[in-house]
Amino acid sequence: MLTLDKLHIVQGEFSLTADLSVPTGARIAVMGPSGAGKSTLFSTIAGFIRPTAGRILWNETDLTRMAPGDRPLSILFQDQNLFPHLSVVQNLGLGIDPKLRLSRADHARITQALARTGLQGLEDRKPAALSGGQQSRVALARALLRARPLLLLDEPFAALGPALKAEMLVLVAEIAAEQGTTILMVSHDPDDARSLCPDTILVADGKTLPPQPTESLLNNPPEALKAYLGP
Amino acid sequence: MGSGARALIWPALAAALVAALVLVPLGAVTIRAGGFGGLRGGDLSALWFTLWQAAVSAMLSCLLALPVARALFRRRFAGRGPLISLLGAPFILPTVVAVMGLIAVFGRRGMVNAALGGFGLPEFSIYGAHGVIVAHVFFNLPLATRMVLHGWQSIPSERLRLAASLDFGPHEIQRHLEWPMLRSVLPGAFLAIFLVCLTSFAVALILGGGPGATTVEVAIYQAFRFDFDLGRAASLALVQVAICVAALTLTARITRGESFGAGLDRPLATPLGQGALLRMQDGLAILLATAFLLLPIGAIVVRGLPALADLPPSIWAATRISLTLATVSTLLTLALALPLALAAPRRRWAETAAMLPMAASALVIGTGLFLIARAFVNPTSLTLPVTLIANATLSLPFAVRILLPEVRTLQNDYDRLAASLGLSGFARLRYLTLPRLARPLGFSTGIAAAFSMGDLGVITLFSDGRTQTLPLALFQLMGAYRMDQAAAAACLLMALTFALFWACDRIGHHADPR
Repeated sequence: MLTLDKLHIVQGEFSLTADLSVPTGARIAVMGPSGAGKSTLFSTIAGFIRPTAGRILWNETDLTRMAPGDRPLSILFQDQNLFPHLSVVQNLGLGIDPKLRLSRADHARITQALARTGLQGLEDRKPAALSGGQQSRVALARALLRARPLLLLDEPFAALGPALKAEMLVLVAEIAAEQGTTILMVSHDPDDARSLCPDTILVADGKTLPPQPTESLLNNPPEALKAYLGP
Repeated sequence: MGSGARALIWPALAAALVAALVLVPLGAVTIRAGGFGGLRGGDLSALWFTLWQAAVSAMLSCLLALPVARALFRRRFAGRGPLISLLGAPFILPTVVAVMGLIAVFGRRGMVNAALGGFGLPEFSIYGAHGVIVAHVFFNLPLATRMVLHGWQSIPSERLRLAASLDFGPHEIQRHLEWPMLRSVLPGAFLAIFLVCLTSFAVALILGGGPGATTVEVAIYQAFRFDFDLGRAASLALVQVAICVAALTLTARITRGESFGAGLDRPLATPLGQGALLRMQDGLAILLATAFLLLPIGAIVVRGLPALADLPPSIWAATRISLTLATVSTLLTLALALPLALAAPRRRWAETAAMLPMAASALVIGTGLFLIARAFVNPTSLTLPVTLIANATLSLPFAVRILLPEVRTLQNDYDRLAASLGLSGFARLRYLTLPRLARPLGFSTGIAAAFSMGDLGVITLFSDGRTQTLPLALFQLMGAYRMDQAAAAACLLMALTFALFWACDRIGHHADPR
């Protein structure tokens, strides 16, 4: 279970509070107007921003002062998810051991992950030689190998077309089901939220509201969300 | 977050070492000088000459760069690319070699005076104040040209198209597009050149040196070597530091870290300057600038190559010493520059430490180290270590300046990803930092190696004439008027310097996995 315990994030004029918990294995969409602080919230959970007050807990473990790489989570950003100068295998290897000391068993796991994400035969390519969809798959495969219990998706598929994006979301759902991963996903698209996430966290007006059923929230949106979603 | 403190150990050590290398000699100089009491009347004129020759050199370089840069911007011709690359060459050309080349062209028996004599005109002397200025323009005209050319290229082509659609003539283009650009570029170019010329030593030592053409650096050398008046040398060193610090402060105020933009060689949206007169004017500017840069180098090659076989064996010993010095001092520069550059975007003190050597000059550090060394040993026995330390320290600011923008990009792009994967320490250096910085590392290594290889500075204070680097050996051959051998040594030095730079730069490109 992920718990945001009386969390308060302040950055200059910007301020955001969060006091909620997310059950293990849940798939949660995070919605809200631009600039409301969705990415800031993710950066705080992932450890790039230190909160002004409050704690971040995974089950009983306090993550608040933990280094980003030690936290029980993987995060996929909007861009720069791969190192462009490293091959696909090396990029995936970093998910197993940051020092890239890979055993034979590790290589076998990488091969499996590549097969699972439909990337066979692309082992030695550099990211620039992959399509946008393939790059997203490599990033997902790395998350698969890291097998951390929490996965944060900060719009990693925003640059993909609708069909590819839907394909990725299906893959995410499958992987999450296999590994029992808890998912938090920033979303601008109500359809994405509906398809993958039964529950939604709303970020607006400096507050983070606890998860509520996505369907009823979208059918009956509060003022802040209504303005953002449009008619 | 967690490994933050541990990651700062290396930059802190490097900063402490740089601070010691600069501030300890400065302290020694300050104590020995005990104020400015040791100065003589002649030293005031050295101060005056240092300031005005730097101002005139910078002004002339900028003024002459204008027509050349404009011509290179407007015209497309075969060899334009190589010519622009060639403009970078004087930056790494050893000073002694360039001065020799200028003497070959502008000297008493050079082709310029032969031509002047043919027209019955009075002889031009390369020695004295104007010689120093000609040499400074030789080194800095290319730098100014590149800066101004970047300025021209940074004018968006859309704006030139707009100008064409509004039927602007050359005067309107000048007024609305070119002048605003020049106003932002020229002060930076002027100050950069002014700063370099303030600490000019080898040029002023060979071409100047007499009354009215002695820089403060040369005055330090003379007080040292001819009068052995260490108190006066120390006072002069303080004067030099004061000039540098004042000029640096001025520069920091006036230039606001403007970038000169990448030189995109996109085709011009509209052809500019189509008149026959303008064409001729541009052609002449390019021709004269090219001749000014190439003739001195060519003159040395022509005279030196045949004499290569006659070089005394001592030259080869000096060559070995120079190559070793350049290698070790470059490694030291890198060992200091990399941790400081990596820390600088977040820690102000790291950048300050890296720029600290700019407050001193070669001879200031040399004087300080001499004063310290002689308390313990015979300074001559430390000639090579001291030269090495001074070279490494003085090329540090250049190396860090080259690395810093790339480090910023690297950290903006990949810090979060690296942190989220737990990539840190040596693995981060190996798999992220070094591959991504390969090119600027190769380039700055090449610059540092070329500087060290061609340097004629501190060693002149310490050497007894027996411990020689290649530039010092060349300087002594010139002093003995063995000009054929000197030209041959100059060829050798030039070839080795360019080869070192080229090899480092190539390795950087090769190691870049992109």
